[in-house]
This record gives sequence, structure tokens and C-alpha cells, in this order.
Amino acid sequence: MHEFAIASSVLDAVRTEARLRPGMRVSKIGVRIGDLAGLDPEALSFCFEALTKETDFESVVLEIERKPRRQRCSRCAHEFVVVNYETACPACGEGSTLFLSGDELELAYLEMEDV
Amino acid sequence: MTQISLERKVLSENDRIAGELRARFAGHGILCLNLVSSPGAGKTSLLERTLEGFAPTQRVAVLTGDIQTDNDAVRLARFGFPARQITTGGTCHLDARMIERALADWNLADLDVLLIENVGNLVCPSSYDLGEAAKIVVLSVTEGEDKPMKYPAMFFRSQLLVLNKIDLLPYVPFSMVKARENAQKVHPGMEIIEVSCLTGEGLPKWQSWLESRIASSARTVAAT
Repeated sequence: MHEFAIASSVLDAVRTEARLRPGMRVSKIGVRIGDLAGLDPEALSFCFEALTKETDFESVVLEIERKPRRQRCSRCAHEFVVVNYETACPACGEGSTLFLSGDELELAYLEMEDV
Repeated sequence: MTQISLERKVLSENDRIAGELRARFAGHGILCLNLVSSPGAGKTSLLERTLEGFAPTQRVAVLTGDIQTDNDAVRLARFGFPARQITTGGTCHLDARMIERALADWNLADLDVLLIENVGNLVCPSSYDLGEAAKIVVLSVTEGEDKPMKYPAMFFRSQLLVLNKIDLLPYVPFSMVKARENAQKVHPGMEIIEVSCLTGEGLPKWQSWLESRIASSARTVAAT
């Protein structure tokens, strides 16, 4: 359960950006979480809410975009989304495929409004 | 409404410190390995057998992380190599800053190998880079062959899978074939070594894997 530590890091980013822009209020923070990030989005939302409750950031919305695991076939170069941990190529059956993306744990964007 | 692009990792501060540690390790030709597993899979036992196999002149040190107690550091200090406990006091993983602090008064020029035993947990330690050359995941046969599917992040981020407690195979319903298949699905090309830390079976393979990694770290620094 390291979602609390991750939520704290997200909140730190919100605080830092808010300090840089006086006169504006953070309304939303967007994060990207890959299937291979080892993070539960619901637990992350729960922790973020708990951390921001009754603070200046209580109204900040945490928007989580989930990213599936993507692989590329080393034989036919087909790119595909991994379903049920099946990393073999669905087009040609090749077992050896390369990891493309899906381990994201990223801050994507921030939305701010004038106070 | 103004949208501001952030485009950075959530753990960028941890990754920054880990990057500094990695550069320091590389500068001294130190091989740093991060051992991860669920509690009780045998990380400490594997380290005990590993330290036992080293010549007393080998320049190796161990950092071992636990939520409470220094039991593991006491177990590992018996072999005569520096072993330091990192007690996280509740945190379920080690992070790069904890490693940086633990190493603050150590002279890295005196080391060739740094073995880090992470907190027993198959989830959280996968997110934290400690500056290691490789994560090694230890899985014991009593835990079941489906663990790579249940904890894909950890198996995906680990370079080597050490399958421990193979002496118990006759007594538990564990399919080595399925375990290997599952690991390969999550992490195509993953290296796998089967061992028993109790009987010593398979340990020479682990030792030669380790020795080749130590040699290549030393070569890298010699070349620079």
C-alpha cells in the first residue's frame, strides 16, 4: 500500500505549481497510470481525498488516465494491447515481443482557474 | 481555465536521487542489486548463502530493509561483512533517499558489491528505483505459480527471478513449467534460476550469475 506515498507526491506537485502561480487556484490534476505501474487507481483516489480533506486543496479533482500495456512483435512489427497477460503476437503468434509502454506513473497536466 | 502541462514522473524526486546513486556506484565500479520478494520467500536466506560463498577479502556490504526490528542485519552480520539495517518504521518499501542516508558514512571506494534487501512486499518496492543495476525477485514454490500474474509490476521490473525452496517441490502443488510460463508472459526473456537455500541445490548457478555481473561492473569502471 504505497498509494499514500504516491498521493503525497502528487499533492506536492500541486502545492509547488500553486505557489508558482499566485492568484490562481488548482482545480484539477491529471495523472497517467500504466497497468504495470503496480498501483491501484481507486486506492490512489482515496488517499488523495484523505490528504486534501479540509485543506486549501480539498476541491482539487484527481483525474486518472489508465494506460494499457502495449507490445510490438519482433517478427511482424504488429503493435498491440496486452489482454490477460498474453504477450504473444495476436497477428502472427510470435512469442517474442517487445515492451512499448504501460508502466507509466506520470503527472500529465494541471488545470488552474483565476481566483 | 488554464491548463499547464507537467509531463514528469510522479516519483521524479526519488528517481533523481536514484540517478545520483547509480552514477556514484558506476564511478566506483560497484554492483548494486535490489532483492525483492513477498515476506518469507527467502531473501535473507539467499543473502546468507551468498555471503557464505564469498571469500573474506570480497568487498561486499548489505543494506536490509524492514518495517521493524534489526533481526536481518544481525543474521547477516555473522558473515563478517558490513551489514546495516534500515528500519522504515511503517513504510512498506525502501526509497532512494533511505539508501542515500544509509550510505552517508560509508566509503564507497571500499566496496565492489552492495546488496540491498528490500522490505518484504511484492507491490510497492517495484515503483522505487534505488539506483540498482538490477532488481532480483525471489519467489518461493510455496507461494504458488500464479504470482507473476498477480504482481506483474514486480516481475516486469526484475531482471532475474530466483525460484527458491525447490526442496519443497515434492510436497506442494507447484508447477515449475507454469511458473516459468507465467514469468515469461509478464516479462518475456526473463532470466530464471531455481535454487534451494536449504539444500544448496542450484546455488552455483546463482553464484555464477552474480560473479559475471560483478566482473562486468568492475570492467565498466576499468574502461572509463
